[in-house]
Amino acid sequence: MIRIAPILAVLGALIALWYVAAVLMNAQLQEDRFANAGRTDYSTADLASASLNMDRPKLPAPHQIVGELWRTVALADPSSKRSLAFHAFITLRETLLGFALGSLLGAALAAAAVHFRWIDRSLMPWIVASQMIPIIALAPMIVVIFNQFDVVGIVPKAAIAAYLTFFPVTVGLVKGFRSPDPLQLDLMRTYCATRGQTFWKLRAPACAPFFFASMKVAAAAALVGSVVAEVTKSEDGGLGARLLAGSYYGQTVQIWAALFAAAFCSAALVGVIGLVDAYVGKRMGYVR
Amino acid sequence: MTRRLDTLLPPSLFGLAALALWQFGVAAFRVPQVILPAPSAIFAKLFASLPTLWLDFLQTMQGVAVGYALGCASGLIVAILIDRSPFLQKGLLPFGNLVSALPIVGVAPIMVMWFGFDWQSKAAVVVVMTFFPMLVNAVAGLKSAGAMERDLMKTYAASYSQTLGKLRLPAALPFVFNALKINATLAMIGAIVAEFFGTPIVGLGFRINTEVGRMNIDMVWATILVAAAVGSAFYGIVALVEREVTFWHASNRQREV
Repeated sequence: MIRIAPILAVLGALIALWYVAAVLMNAQLQEDRFANAGRTDYSTADLASASLNMDRPKLPAPHQIVGELWRTVALADPSSKRSLAFHAFITLRETLLGFALGSLLGAALAAAAVHFRWIDRSLMPWIVASQMIPIIALAPMIVVIFNQFDVVGIVPKAAIAAYLTFFPVTVGLVKGFRSPDPLQLDLMRTYCATRGQTFWKLRAPACAPFFFASMKVAAAAALVGSVVAEVTKSEDGGLGARLLAGSYYGQTVQIWAALFAAAFCSAALVGVIGLVDAYVGKRMGYVR
Repeated sequence: MTRRLDTLLPPSLFGLAALALWQFGVAAFRVPQVILPAPSAIFAKLFASLPTLWLDFLQTMQGVAVGYALGCASGLIVAILIDRSPFLQKGLLPFGNLVSALPIVGVAPIMVMWFGFDWQSKAAVVVVMTFFPMLVNAVAGLKSAGAMERDLMKTYAASYSQTLGKLRLPAALPFVFNALKINATLAMIGAIVAEFFGTPIVGLGFRINTEVGRMNIDMVWATILVAAAVGSAFYGIVALVEREVTFWHASNRQREV
């Protein structure tokens, strides 16, 4: 109870601030609209309430976003293009496919880097360096290259999600596979353990906390990747396509709703990984 | 010196081998330009369009620099402000951690709508992206000074601001630099992605997006090369400053030997 109170207080303050900001930012626009409609007999309260319920406000009020989410998620037919759930589902599918592929690839490369010195010494510096560059700039091009081979739909976007997943997973897992201390490795040697046994019985379990930490980073990155990829190829739908369509037509409420939907998806993915992490951590004893 | 060479040689050889394979692979299998141009073609394009790319670079960096400075500074200031209030920390930090998992680049279309097509909207996206990593790291950093050192400051009868300036801020520097490095990458990503949503006809993100549309893949690669070089240089400069400023920290001391 005590832990949740400050969070609720800050959340309440944020929402209140949001309403104030919405009135301040929209008032000018609403005044112009009243003037265009020939209305002059409005009070400040009228202006405030009208500016919280405009159809294309500069900053939509929270209740408008919740309303839009309700209309497009709960009320709309989930198979139609008007449904946000439909678009969120596309994005999630791309993200999960890419995430799975990227994690497998990253784990394989990390395992290879731990066992083969030449991979570790020649390839790993590039992988670490590639974290410093804005990889996401590649997204539009990857989509186009896949198009050249007539690969369309979710695969190109999943490829970008996989690409963004791959780096944090590799870097995190290499650290994790190396985390057993020399004493433990020596013990494995006194048992006459093979490299495979050392890997599966010592390195892989020791890597669990690192694995989950990089999974969380990677899941968030994968979702960003698929959203940005959807912006560059928006005719297939997805939350990124909703963002782009909203920004073309000035539908601010739609943009914010898509943004919140993306945030929920991302938080849900990270949350699920966090739950698994907590469960596994308890069973393995690294979380108390 | 030989040890340096030892760590640099394998990756350089690997990089050169990959480049050579790329160059000859593209020629041998007659891969069309629209799929994968040869490295030589990309470099030729890069040098042929240097003036354009220079203007794009200036445009993008304007948003990156302003946004990065504002976002990091405000994150640090807010961290110092909420440092005195455990209540605000308990309330704000979960948000900071939550936000790090959110696709913040999504605010790009909104910022473009609010601040127009020019660099101001890109700076705004960068501010939003860089604020929370700095906040979370700086708050953790301000806590990192040990109890012994704090007690020592107390025995000196040091005031709050003296303790802050002489002990806790310096102790927080490694954390702050960690955030600065994360943010260097985030700032580039934010500015480039924001340019996908609307920009005057200049900027690295704009160039990538339009040249993809026109199927000039060699130009796209050239632009990405510029973005990658700028991103690495940005990160490298921050890392260099870090090594100069936090030379006392354990992670830097070993190099001296």
